[in-house]
Amino acid sequence: MLADTVRPFLAEQASVSHMRALRDADDRTGFSPELWKRFAELGLTGVLMDEVDGGLGLGHVEAGIVLEEIGRNLTPSPFLETAVGAVTTLKGGSATQRQAWLPRVLAGEAVGALAVDETARHRPERIGLHAERVGNGFRLLGEKRFVTYGHVANFLIVAARTAGSEHEPLGITLFLVESNVANLTAEADRLADASLAARVKFGGVQVSRDAVIGEIDLGFGILTATLSALRAGVSAELVGVGSHALAMTVGYLKQRKQFGRLIGSFQALQHRAAHLYAEMEVARAAVLKAQQLLDGKDERADQAVMVAKAMSGMASALAVQEGIQMHGGIGMTDEYDIGLYMKRQRVLAELFGDADYHANFLAKLAGY
Amino acid sequence: MSDLETFRQTTRAWLEANCPAEMRLPIRSEEDLVWGGRRAVYKEPAQKLWLDRMVAKGWTAPDWPERYGGGGLSPEETKILRNEMGRLGCRSPLSSFGLSTLGPTLLKYGTEEQKQEHLPKLLRGEILWCQGYSEPGAGSDLASLSTRAEDKGDHFLVSGQKIWTSDADKADWIFCLVRTDTSSKHSGISFLLFDMETPGVLTKPIKLISGASPFCETFFDNVKVPKKNLVGALNKGWDVAKYLLGHERESISGFGSGSGQLELGEMAKRTTGTEPDGRLDDPILRARVALFEVRAQAFSAVSERFVDELKHERAHPAQASVIKYFGTELNKQRHELMMDAGGSDALEWESERSRGGANVRAWLRTKANSIEGGTSEVQLNIIAKRILELPGV
Repeated sequence: MLADTVRPFLAEQASVSHMRALRDADDRTGFSPELWKRFAELGLTGVLMDEVDGGLGLGHVEAGIVLEEIGRNLTPSPFLETAVGAVTTLKGGSATQRQAWLPRVLAGEAVGALAVDETARHRPERIGLHAERVGNGFRLLGEKRFVTYGHVANFLIVAARTAGSEHEPLGITLFLVESNVANLTAEADRLADASLAARVKFGGVQVSRDAVIGEIDLGFGILTATLSALRAGVSAELVGVGSHALAMTVGYLKQRKQFGRLIGSFQALQHRAAHLYAEMEVARAAVLKAQQLLDGKDERADQAVMVAKAMSGMASALAVQEGIQMHGGIGMTDEYDIGLYMKRQRVLAELFGDADYHANFLAKLAGY
Repeated sequence: MSDLETFRQTTRAWLEANCPAEMRLPIRSEEDLVWGGRRAVYKEPAQKLWLDRMVAKGWTAPDWPERYGGGGLSPEETKILRNEMGRLGCRSPLSSFGLSTLGPTLLKYGTEEQKQEHLPKLLRGEILWCQGYSEPGAGSDLASLSTRAEDKGDHFLVSGQKIWTSDADKADWIFCLVRTDTSSKHSGISFLLFDMETPGVLTKPIKLISGASPFCETFFDNVKVPKKNLVGALNKGWDVAKYLLGHERESISGFGSGSGQLELGEMAKRTTGTEPDGRLDDPILRARVALFEVRAQAFSAVSERFVDELKHERAHPAQASVIKYFGTELNKQRHELMMDAGGSDALEWESERSRGGANVRAWLRTKANSIEGGTSEVQLNIIAKRILELPGV
């Protein structure tokens, strides 16, 4: 089914060497537009899009299948930001917004990105970027950071404050901002994993009333739904990254000899590998559970997503760290892939909240 | 409306009408569980009433065939029944080790006569079963067991000793691994069923660090077991045993994670107190509890998936080791945290307030979780060899 298409497609077109080639050429786009077109041809850009909009009308389980393969191959792609994040937000958008952007997303011609973070650690419940009413529209002032693909996005979804104080969920409004407007700059910096993320400056960006997604002051609901979709997606990508690191490590244990024996026959290493496998299995199940609850529009979905993001973050961190350690010196070389998995895991673990953020949030929900 | 939705609604209505209010209260102690058996004890009449009603529906074994007294439900229907029971807080009508382990094993390996004789009694809670696996010299290396069964024509003569036999002193029947051929380690084991009242059976309780214990030493001295009580083929008991262990590992892993326990965060708030904003005023403990809860919820997702896969016969047999390993280690962590959260309250051993030291005894008891049913190290060996296919020495 979907996996049967996506798996060979990414393994052949976008394996780790594809990512290395972009990195080594110092490519500043951060992905291959040709490959993104191929995503569109396969319908993947519309995986979460309703059928009336031309999409596949599938769910988060299916989006997760794509993301797991993206993780396994370290494929640079705006799939998460655009086909998962922006498409989810636009479900709450106006007919005009949908008509303007969904066909272009579907065709692989537009990239959308979410601009939410304002501090180094993810705190979406603290939105300070100011949206001041001017005439019939708004004027945006402030800065967003860690906007992945923000420097090449055709449109940004921006969480801004239209009322209330920084810590209140009420008074947040979502805006759809085209990236070619005046007074908007996006500076990309390369991250540890060679991906690019932007700091986006809003130096008095003028937008009309039509740029509002959903209702003024009531953007928090759509923002939460978007973040849940993105977090479930990142979790699936982390499962891909961790699974591949585990597979590489187990493969290495089966061929590397020391002291005249395959190192995989040492019980000390067997136990660590088996423990890691158990952690990854639990993470995988937690991610699947979250995706299923999201697809079933279950009220427990947001909570399950937080469990999934935290658990997949912890398990994949163990996978890449054990991967480096068990590979020994070769694991420290740039030439060998395992280190790339460790760097990618680090970025994904941070994206849309790390394990601590989600555990803390769950504790608050539980009332302790 | 789909058939499953109709089933959900009729099930919900039936449970609401038939599950006594007392049977919807959280489980507070061992006495709240119904074990059945020839010498069954009921703490209150509602326990018996609830068991009888569920037995009549076949719902103590909802997914077993109706001809053996089961409910004949599909895996999807069984899941709905469990969910609806959970939603209403219905207690399990029967806590039976045999139900989750021996039952599925007999369904797969038993003769028609064995199924007819044992399954209905098992699901009605008339016979309490215990398991004769471990021996003093054969714990985690189970296949090195030496309890002998000599072929005497129409019967076997069983002699030897078992250890860690849970509830052997209360059980009516035992399912037991015996050696029928000494020339091969794994292919000389057979799986026998027999009545604990057969002459030659002796049990002795073993007291543990928790001050009590379900465990016994069990001795067999020329116990006469009819041949018809052999399950599976002679000398092929290891296959039967492994199948059963898969079910046992899954059931052990869920120990104590369930209903009626005060949530950890809540417990810590009571003993430690809170900050003005309502947070637990020990930030380190709060963080440890929160990260633990993430793992616990993730584990419940993997257990759920494993049960589904077992029912559809899609599970890798060694996957049970993942569940057993992770679940028991998690349960030990839970009880360590409960001791931390409970503070000095959790240390009381005898007071009524502490329900006779329920917490501290449960904490001690959990230390056996990663030993019984194959130690954590044995589970890791199984995962390494059978799933990851790492090389042998």
